[in-house]
Amino acid sequence: MQTFAGKGVFGGIAIGRIHVYKKNERCVKRYKVVDVEAETERFRKACSDTDSELGALYDATVREIGESNAAIFEIHRMMLKDADFTESIENIIRNEGVNSEYAVCVTADNFAQMFSAMDDEYMKARAADVKDISERILNTLQNRSNSGINSGEPGIIVAEDLAPSETVQLDKSKVIAFVTRLGSANSHTAILARTMNIPAVVSCGMEDIDALDGREAVVDGFSGKLYVEPDEETLALMREQKNAHEEKKRLLQSLKGKENITTDGKHIMVYANIGGLGDLAAVLENDAGGIGLFRSEFLYLEKDRYPNEEEQFTVYKRVAQTMAGKQVIIRTLDIGADKKIGYFDLEEEENPALGYRAIRICLDRVEIFKTQLRAILRAALYGKIGIMYPMIISVEEVHTIKQIMSEVKAELDAQGIPYGKVTQGIMIETPAAAVISDLLAKEVDFFSIGTNDLSQYTLALDRQNQKLDKLFDAHHPAILRLIETVVKNAHDKGIWAGICGELGADTTLTRTFLKMGVDELSVSPPYVLPIRDIIINSSTK
Amino acid sequence: MNKFDRRKERYTIMKEFTYTVTDPLGVHARPAGILVKEAVKFTSDITIEKDGKSADAKRIFGLMGLGVKQGHTITVRADGADEDAAIAAMQALIKENM
Repeated sequence: MQTFAGKGVFGGIAIGRIHVYKKNERCVKRYKVVDVEAETERFRKACSDTDSELGALYDATVREIGESNAAIFEIHRMMLKDADFTESIENIIRNEGVNSEYAVCVTADNFAQMFSAMDDEYMKARAADVKDISERILNTLQNRSNSGINSGEPGIIVAEDLAPSETVQLDKSKVIAFVTRLGSANSHTAILARTMNIPAVVSCGMEDIDALDGREAVVDGFSGKLYVEPDEETLALMREQKNAHEEKKRLLQSLKGKENITTDGKHIMVYANIGGLGDLAAVLENDAGGIGLFRSEFLYLEKDRYPNEEEQFTVYKRVAQTMAGKQVIIRTLDIGADKKIGYFDLEEEENPALGYRAIRICLDRVEIFKTQLRAILRAALYGKIGIMYPMIISVEEVHTIKQIMSEVKAELDAQGIPYGKVTQGIMIETPAAAVISDLLAKEVDFFSIGTNDLSQYTLALDRQNQKLDKLFDAHHPAILRLIETVVKNAHDKGIWAGICGELGADTTLTRTFLKMGVDELSVSPPYVLPIRDIIINSSTK
Repeated sequence: MNKFDRRKERYTIMKEFTYTVTDPLGVHARPAGILVKEAVKFTSDITIEKDGKSADAKRIFGLMGLGVKQGHTITVRADGADEDAAIAAMQALIKENM
């Protein structure tokens, strides 16, 4: 067995035979032409034929996988008709008196070079687009088909790289996965693959691609691995995972679009937890009713300086727009000495879990907090946004937050910057907040119970310490009683209460939570449908 | 380039505005495509300038080649019969997409 590791860009497992895909081996010859006018005309004709072909491809892609994925072909048409590009080709034909193929190759190389030289990964990747359109013109010039990959039996496509138009033209009935030696998570190939539901691995460390042709293999899009001639053990494991994945997909199909209503008619909000824009696809794919916990930390973690208002606004706006009117609950910055961010310059602490973290930092370094609130308020114009504050222990903290919130709104008003309405809630993740939840409920619009921290603080057990694992009981009655109290206090004051911690996804407790009256469960995307399955078959009584 | 130099010699009054890009991705393929699509609707010459480098807004390679990123300031100019309409359309589009 040979194992090659790469980057999985779409999850899924495929087992089958490898087909090595090679572009038409093209050897472009340079030769002199006598009639340069006729040659120019030949190029123009090829260009206009290629343009119609791209138009048709655009229409087909819109129909199959949507406008946003088809947009690339519209860009390709613009590139094809770009006067700088065509003038360069025609100049070479005229000035050197050479054939169109040669002129196209030289020009494409120059333009691709321009992108490759740019100091931006995204722009570098655009060199592939230039190569893609020039391939198309060359095929048209030489009357070759642009129809893409057509292998005989269904198999795993292995290639050096795949151009966007090649990927989209994969005959899905014949291709069960693809693996490329080059390519990045930014490439159109990766983006399209996700939409097309084909397991895919890019940047895969294969040396001799040709030697793989025709061999049995397994592609694991989850871990980004290609196993060639897998041993029995690997094959069995992969088969098992494949079945589990397919079982999940079947569940998805039958439950998608259904409402989360219990047998006695209570509607439960089943939302998703996300940690960044990359998780949005999974939220939509799993049909979550909204986002119950958007961990905003990634905005801070991925930078080496504080993210500014515009950067945050752009991200929040994108999430709000993508969710199209469904609830999006953004949790404000939740970091501390245990989640290190260099530029925050936090001191080492003896007891980080009980230390300077989350809302404690925000209320101390108010400017950081205000920047985030401004960005969220502005984004609220584009969707239904809720804000949730972590690590609350007192009513005073909520009062301070409200004071800061009204200052932020006054500043926006003074600057004439428009913003939207938001609801405000708090995380219940300290025993203190749970015990005084009757007082806190008067102050906010909702509660979301963070069971991970609530459990470790209630039981005084460090979750990181493996020696304590056997003592840790996730279903400890103290925790369940606290949850019950919180939900009751919320309802007494007319607000809703949900659970966004790990316990929310614990399907053995779902019925217990429904009986307690929990209104919302926010779980990682793959749990949305299993939870829905239980809800529609359970009663709250 | 020559075309623009000639135009300057005519001392025509053209319309222009500047804008600072806020989209974290900058002027990547999709916004560039949106600009070109709009620009070609006008007969006026429309240019986009960044750091003294200028590109024709009707040509996608040139636009992408400017390498406009978040925080960069660009100057958009329109010159021709429908320059008022062109500059208004470009301004609206750029504000919304970049």
